[in-house]
Amino acid sequence: MDTGLRELGEYLVAAMGDAIKEVALVSEELIVVVEREAIRRVLSFLRDDVNCQFKQLMDVTAVDFPGRSERFEVVYNLLSLTHNRRIRIKLATDEQTPVPTATSLFNSANWFEREVWDLFGIFFREHPDLRRILTDYGFQGHPLRKDFPLTGYVEVRYDDDLKRVVYEPVKLPQDFRNFDFLSPWEGVQAQLPGDEKAGEAK
Amino acid sequence: MAETQIKNFTLNFGPQHPSAHGVLRLVLEMDGETIDRADPHVGLLHRGTEKLIEYKSYLQSVPYFDRLDYVAPQNQEHAFALAVEKLTGVSAPLRGQYIRVLYAEIGRVLNHIFTICAFAMDIGAMTPMLWGFEQRERLMEFCERVCGARLHMAYFRPGGVSLDLPAGLADDIWEWTEKFTAFLDDLEALLTENRIFKQRSVDVGAISAEDAFNWGFSGPCLRAAGVPWDLRKAQPYDVYDRLDFDVPVGKHGDCYDRYLVRMYELRECQKIIRQCLKEMPPGPVRADDRKLAPPPRREMKHSMEALIHHFKLYTEGYHVPPGETYTVVEAPKGEFGVYLVSDGTNRPYRCRIRPPGFPHLAAMDFLTRGHMLADVVAVLGSLDIVFGEIDR
Repeated sequence: MDTGLRELGEYLVAAMGDAIKEVALVSEELIVVVEREAIRRVLSFLRDDVNCQFKQLMDVTAVDFPGRSERFEVVYNLLSLTHNRRIRIKLATDEQTPVPTATSLFNSANWFEREVWDLFGIFFREHPDLRRILTDYGFQGHPLRKDFPLTGYVEVRYDDDLKRVVYEPVKLPQDFRNFDFLSPWEGVQAQLPGDEKAGEAK
Repeated sequence: MAETQIKNFTLNFGPQHPSAHGVLRLVLEMDGETIDRADPHVGLLHRGTEKLIEYKSYLQSVPYFDRLDYVAPQNQEHAFALAVEKLTGVSAPLRGQYIRVLYAEIGRVLNHIFTICAFAMDIGAMTPMLWGFEQRERLMEFCERVCGARLHMAYFRPGGVSLDLPAGLADDIWEWTEKFTAFLDDLEALLTENRIFKQRSVDVGAISAEDAFNWGFSGPCLRAAGVPWDLRKAQPYDVYDRLDFDVPVGKHGDCYDRYLVRMYELRECQKIIRQCLKEMPPGPVRADDRKLAPPPRREMKHSMEALIHHFKLYTEGYHVPPGETYTVVEAPKGEFGVYLVSDGTNRPYRCRIRPPGFPHLAAMDFLTRGHMLADVVAVLGSLDIVFGEIDR
C-alpha cells in the first residue's frame, strides 16, 4: 500500500509547490502540510486530479499545541478508493484566524468541521451552518483545548424545588488525582542531587 | 373554493423515542406528511471520551473504546490496539492475531444481528428481535468465557490479547457456527421476501455511489450503494489476508440493500470464524515484549525482573515513541479510525476517534428529504446508528 506514496508527494509538490510547506512520510503514511488559504485548492486538486482521486474525506480533526505561535493543527484524512491510498493534509491556525471551509467540496466536511469548531473553537469561514454539535445547548468554552480542565466548569443536577435542571459550578468532593508517572530515571532531564560530581570524577 | 392556508410545521422526533436508537433528537420540518428538512441534534450522549483518554495511560484507554459502539465493542479495541502497535513497532503473535480476528468477527455478528433485528422492529416486525437476541446471548457467553466480561471486554490489548482461549471454547464456538446457518435461514425466511418489509424498505433512502463518496460513507452503507470496498480486503490488517471470504455488494443503495448486505455479511462472518478456528496455530497470544505486555503470572512468582515489569506496566504504563498514525479497521458499521498523536510519554497526546456512524447520520437530511415521516424510521434503522460512537 505504501508504494507510490513518495512519488505522490513529489507529484503534489510539482503541481502545487507554492501551496505546500512540507511533505513527510511518517510510519508509511503521507503527510502534507499546506498553506491555510490554499486548502480548498489543494483539496479540490486531490479530489479531481486523475493521479490522486481522493474522493472521500474521511475525517477532519484538530490537535492543540499551546506552545506554538499558531497553536492548532487542523488535520484532514482523505481516502482514494481507486488507488487504495490515504493522505493526510495539515494546516496551522490559531484562535482568531478562520480556516476556509471544505464543505463546498465534500459534504462530509460539514459535520466534521462543526465538531472541530465545537471542541476546539477553530472558525471555518463560509461554513453554511457552523453550530455546536456535540456539547450541550448554550455550552461555554471549547473542551478539547489543552487549557480546558478535564472536569469542565459547570455541572448539572435536577432541582426538586425549581422542577428543572440547574447548572452549578463544579464541586469535586475529592480533587482530581493526576499522577505524574514520568519516570525519574528516564523521563526527567533535570539534574538529580549528586549529578554534578559525575563530571569531576573523570 | 376558498383558499386554505397551509403552514409547514416542525416536529421533534426523539430524544426519547424507541426508534431514535438511543438519544437522537431529530428536528423535522414537515410539509404535511413529507419532510422538507431533517436536522439531527446529536451530542446528548457526549461523555468526552477523547478528552478523558488524554488523561489516561495507553492501557487505561482501552476500556473507553468498548463504550463507544457498545453493540460491537471488540472492533473498536482492535483499532486502538493496531494504532499503538504501529507507533511502538510491536506486532502481535500469530495466535493472538487469529484470536483478535475471531472475536472481531464475533463482534460483527453481534452488531449485524442487532442492526437487522432492530431495523425490522422499527418497521413493524417483532419476531426477529426476539430470535436475534437469543443468538446474541450465546455470543456474549463466548465473550464472557474468554475474558470475564459479556460486553465491555477490554480484551484486545496492544501487543495481542489479554488471555488465551480457555479449553473447550473453540469447540463450542464451532458447534454454534453449525447451528447459526439454520438461524440465518429462519431470519431470512421472515424478512427477505416479506411483503410488508419490502414495501417499507425498497427504494427508501437510496443513495448513489457518487453521493456516498461525497458524504464520507463506509462499510455496509457504502457497499450497498454498489462500491466493492472493504478494508479487510483492500488494506488487510492482522490475518485477514490469509482468510478466504467474499464481500457482498448491493445495487441500489436503499434500505433494503443495506439490509441484504448485512445479511450476507453474517454468512461471511460465519465462514471467517470457522477458518480462524481451523487455522489457529498454538503459541503465545501476547507479544513477547516485556516493555509493552505484562509477563505471565507464573514467571512473576519467582522472577524479580518480571515483578518489576508487572508493577511498572500497571502503574506508569509504557511509553510510546513520538509520532502519529491514522489507523483504521473495518468495524461492522464502517471505517473506524483512530488518529493517535504521541509525544513520547505514557499518555496519548491526542486520540481522535473517527466514528463511522457520524457521517452516516450527517447524511440524514439528504436521505430523508421528500420522504414520508414513517420512512425516517426506516432510514435511521438501516443506517445502523449507535450513539455511543457518534457522540463519544
